[in-house]
Amino acid sequence: MFDLEAIREQFPALHQKVYNKPLVYFDNAATTHKPLAIIERISHYYRCENSNIHRGVHYLSQQATEAFEEARRFAASMINAVKAHEIIFTKGATEAINLAAHSFGRMRMKPGSSILVTAMEHHSNLVPWQQLCLEYNGKLLVTPMDELGQIDLQAYTQLLDQQPVIVAITHTSNALGTINPVKTMIRMAHDRNIPVLVDGAQAIAHTEIDVQDLDCDFFAFSAHKAYGPMGAGLLYGKEKWLEAMPPYQFGGEMVDSVSFDKTTFNVLPFKFEAGTPNVEAVLGMETALRFIRNTGYEAIATHEKELLDYATAQLSQIPGIRFFGQAPEKASVISFLIGDVHPFDLGTLLDKMGIAVRTGHHCAQTVMDFFNIPGTVRASFAVYNTTHEIDTFVAAVKKAALMLS
Amino acid sequence: MTITDIQNKISEEFAVFDDWIDKYNLLVEMGKDLPLIDARYKTNNHLISGCQSKVWLHAAYEDGKVIFTADSDAVITRGIISLLIRMYSGQKPEDILNSDLSFLDDIGLKDQLSPNRSNGLLSMIKQMKLYAQVFKLKSDTESNH
Repeated sequence: MFDLEAIREQFPALHQKVYNKPLVYFDNAATTHKPLAIIERISHYYRCENSNIHRGVHYLSQQATEAFEEARRFAASMINAVKAHEIIFTKGATEAINLAAHSFGRMRMKPGSSILVTAMEHHSNLVPWQQLCLEYNGKLLVTPMDELGQIDLQAYTQLLDQQPVIVAITHTSNALGTINPVKTMIRMAHDRNIPVLVDGAQAIAHTEIDVQDLDCDFFAFSAHKAYGPMGAGLLYGKEKWLEAMPPYQFGGEMVDSVSFDKTTFNVLPFKFEAGTPNVEAVLGMETALRFIRNTGYEAIATHEKELLDYATAQLSQIPGIRFFGQAPEKASVISFLIGDVHPFDLGTLLDKMGIAVRTGHHCAQTVMDFFNIPGTVRASFAVYNTTHEIDTFVAAVKKAALMLS
Repeated sequence: MTITDIQNKISEEFAVFDDWIDKYNLLVEMGKDLPLIDARYKTNNHLISGCQSKVWLHAAYEDGKVIFTADSDAVITRGIISLLIRMYSGQKPEDILNSDLSFLDDIGLKDQLSPNRSNGLLSMIKQMKLYAQVFKLKSDTESNH
């Protein structure tokens, strides 16, 4: 049974005032707030468990190591990875994608090779691949989208025929909300023996991920966009790839034996986890994933769909409003502009009314260029948002638009 | 008028209003009086980085005084830059460099001042002072010859 009030109760940061107005937090695609359980989990780690993992023979180190590895097993079960060591902990989705680009990408790239992305990638899933192409004098291929923000699958097929060494696609667009048909796109790439990385940063908080069902080769996400702490995320990779890939960073923990002449490397997953990891954030991530599982993806999706539909309907009544991203399959993200009003102006006034939205290009400048706009105002909803908050937001947008027009 | 006189005048204008909406409305109104930058200077070279909206700023040095013109694609930003120009344009470089900006706190723009604010108020002030610095150096060098 979905109890919105009970969920809101778990998020202390929601219950505050900014500029003397109750906070309305609609910047969830940037980062969500954290339930008490996560705050307490991190606190508990430092109160009781703190020690360096994997090395110590002492009690605390063994406890912390066990907790850390349990977090790995849980993350694996959450996205249905076959093996726990297919989960590589990183500081977030960005580092996960960089790991894949540097290690797997370099392994596959030859001079003149190409890499295929989409027109709606966040900079995190664009720049690492672009830089790799530059390094190898290769070609970055971009799958186009239409005015609604949907991938052009026909163009995608043709681009696949150019045999890119990897396809990197976002599951859900942070700027437009589009949910891409990733399963189909993966199957199409696999038909041509091309591996696929999925950027799941905007997916994990909203929809169930089954990496075996998707059959993706890599999947990346950050904890902080899914009710977890900042500084933790993961890269899922198929075992066969991870085994074949060279280490990405070097140092402690990831080694087997070291002499001045040579070093042999540790086994999976440790070979990709150089240095002391962000243990408390990884433990917090586990708690966040448990929060999502306990709340239930179905309940989350139903509630967020209701918020999206309600907000879209209410905003549609504002004269001059333009929506960016109107794909039928859409996450709870609304990117919009009103008339000629600059998104910065609108965002500034909304802030003064206690409403947190994102303004600007949302780290997707190429998406803004496509629509020939400087940026948008983006409202993104999470499981704890309410229709009442949307009423406050819509009234505030109307008031601000009036002031600025 | 000295920079301090102008600051006092601006503070008085803002002090009339208690409500933040009225203060922002005033800022938007002020933006309409902005001495607009000549179209030929509205290029990337004159863009101030660090602002989420675009701000073009031009400075000229005439009779020992700095003359600023500017524009922005956002109206609140235009208001902020027009307020700064009203204060600094027509002033001597050393007066600009020595100016104290605590009046911005008084007029309720304090929360706009933190460095992570994307409105670029700090970037604008920095850029204006940089121009003043350059003009000052130039005139110091010339008077030494």
